[in-house]
Amino acid sequence: MIKVYIPRDTAAISMGADDVAKAIASLPEDIHVIRNGTWGMTYLEPLVEVETQKGRIAYGPVQVSDIPSLYKAGFLDGADHELCQGPTAEIDYLKNQERLTFARCGLVDPLSIDDYIKNGGFQGLKRALKLSEKNIIDDVMTSGLRGRGGAAFPTGIKWNTVLETEADQKYICCNADEGDSGTFSDRILMESDPFCLIEGMIIAGLAVKATKGYIYLRSEYPLCKVVLNDAIRTAKAQNYLGSSICDSDKEFDIEVRIGAGSYVCGEETAMLESLEGKRGMVRAKPPLPAHVGLFGKPTVINNVLSLASIPIILAKGGEYYKDFGIGRSRGTIAFQLAGNVKRGGLVEKAFGITLGDMIDRYGGGTYSGKNIKAVQVGGPLGAYIPPENFDLPLDYEAFSEAGAVLGHGGIVIFDETADMKEQAKFAFDFCAIESCGKCTPCRIGSTRGSEQIEKGNLELTEELCDLMDTSSLCAMGGMTPIPVKSAMKHWPKDFEN
Amino acid sequence: MVDLNKAQEIVDHYSQVEGGLLECLHGLQQAFGYVPKETIDIMADGFNISRAEVHGVISYYHDFRLKPYGRTVVRICQAEACQAMGSRALSAHVAKKMGIDVGKSNEEYTLEAVYCFGNCALSPNLEINGKLHARVDQDNFDELIKKEGAV
Ligand SMILES: Cc1cc2nc3c(=O)[nH]c(=O)nc-3n(C[C@H](O)[C@H](O)[C@H](O)COP(=O)(O)O)c2cc1C
Ligand code: SF4
Repeated sequence: MIKVYIPRDTAAISMGADDVAKAIASLPEDIHVIRNGTWGMTYLEPLVEVETQKGRIAYGPVQVSDIPSLYKAGFLDGADHELCQGPTAEIDYLKNQERLTFARCGLVDPLSIDDYIKNGGFQGLKRALKLSEKNIIDDVMTSGLRGRGGAAFPTGIKWNTVLETEADQKYICCNADEGDSGTFSDRILMESDPFCLIEGMIIAGLAVKATKGYIYLRSEYPLCKVVLNDAIRTAKAQNYLGSSICDSDKEFDIEVRIGAGSYVCGEETAMLESLEGKRGMVRAKPPLPAHVGLFGKPTVINNVLSLASIPIILAKGGEYYKDFGIGRSRGTIAFQLAGNVKRGGLVEKAFGITLGDMIDRYGGGTYSGKNIKAVQVGGPLGAYIPPENFDLPLDYEAFSEAGAVLGHGGIVIFDETADMKEQAKFAFDFCAIESCGKCTPCRIGSTRGSEQIEKGNLELTEELCDLMDTSSLCAMGGMTPIPVKSAMKHWPKDFEN
Repeated sequence: MVDLNKAQEIVDHYSQVEGGLLECLHGLQQAFGYVPKETIDIMADGFNISRAEVHGVISYYHDFRLKPYGRTVVRICQAEACQAMGSRALSAHVAKKMGIDVGKSNEEYTLEAVYCFGNCALSPNLEINGKLHARVDQDNFDELIKKEGAV
């Protein structure tokens, strides 16, 4: 029997992976098609792998129309073909990454708990079950892990606050709203290794004495919902979730809740409101969600990737994780190459590689073949960066010193046809559409800003930016000036009327 | 006619779920294709909140609609990663082809803006009747809408 792997991943499916899987399964051979997760080499999707004596051999991007010629060439024996990428593990894009959080993505069948366990799964949980709450948190502190959702707050400190707050009920809320354009790493993790997120959430629960977890998932990710619910069912059936985790006296349960197309509901307090079934209005802080969170109870809110980094930290110890990275940015981060890029996809690297290296070595330049004009890093609230600044190391501190944002690691590339005035105007327009409306600088300022840019009134735009920056309640209004100001600063010609 | 018994059943179920109003709205929308106005009273009763509050939640979220969709629903990404691959021109083409603006709906077509499908390495993206398509350009859109559209 020949094992053939074809990802069940939104990106691969959007390029025809389901049809490719059907066509390969119907070849007149004894074939076992496994729908694995994606390796994150999105530019090669659908990436078909054949298991051979030499390991898994990759072909991509495969269309249904390529299958006759692949078959004729002998791809089921790992033979050469123009789409052959060689052994998967040897592909440069993948080989040179540091895969800690995403170690299993692509490798395994996402819904096979046996695959998960065989590849290191639940080692962290097993260890955590033997530790005190304090010791689990110590390990997370040692790792230096900072929130991957954007604000980069130390995860251990957040957990400690929740642990130290007494309450009859506490919650773990996983922020799976992933609203930033140019980001898809949460999606990949959830579709390709859902048990990893589940394990991370259980450990978080143990650490702060929370017994219930919610995953707030954006509605634009329907496949994630199916995969997560399936994985949660399996984990329950095998006693990893429920009232006696791994036969201990600890309990934990997870429920998936679906968002409804609001960007600002990724902001943590708006997310809590939304989880409570209300309008996604941002709450003023304090009180911190760690003290008064979901349904008024102490709540840990973490991004998918913060939580999915926990299993390896607990399995291998905080020191192991901390050894990756530079300065105060420890461990690895999932970068996502997106937009006008030749080789788009997910690259997990230790902090410290430069932006230029990331774009050249991995991205391979633009898809259009034209020169790069600008790169937006860190989502819609992140700065536009010109090629002169590509020597910037991908590190939280270096980015904030440069007035930029690393955020959730999205890197959107624009070629020379981009009009930066349009992009600046869009930043305001997006803020106007998505503003929760609670405070005036954001609610009104965004609309006025868009008008002023249209009119070419740059001085007033600058003033408005300063106002929004200093007097908005949350980062939606507070950071919208970042893309606007960076565009005005680096591409002044685009703003001449 | 809206099957109010069915609506009642859905509301009864989700009003038992902590903070379940959004889930309820998704449930109604799945059952009816939209949130029928007649169900607002049922929700207000079931969740023990005012009709205005129910309305407030519905109107806050882009996903919830008080009117049925057209037979063919196209949702097109308007965010940066798709812009970088020409989504502005593509949107204009799609709007022209369908004969309605982004954000508008008629019996035949609904054309909605979406801010990111999380498929940003293969932009521009759009969805036709729930199925996501990547690397869409003007030519293959014309093919797709012929093949995947409801008409
Ligand atoms: C407008 C806005 C949108 C946000 N969207 C997200 C999001 O989609 N996912 C996310 O994890 N964090 C998002 N955040 C950050 C969260 O508020 C919060 O910092 C994060 O979920 C905390 O988790 P972490 O410490 O693990 O990063 C957003 C913040 C703002 C202001
Ligand atoms: S800055 Fe905008 S999104 Fe944030 S609280 Fe104010 S109005 Fe709401």
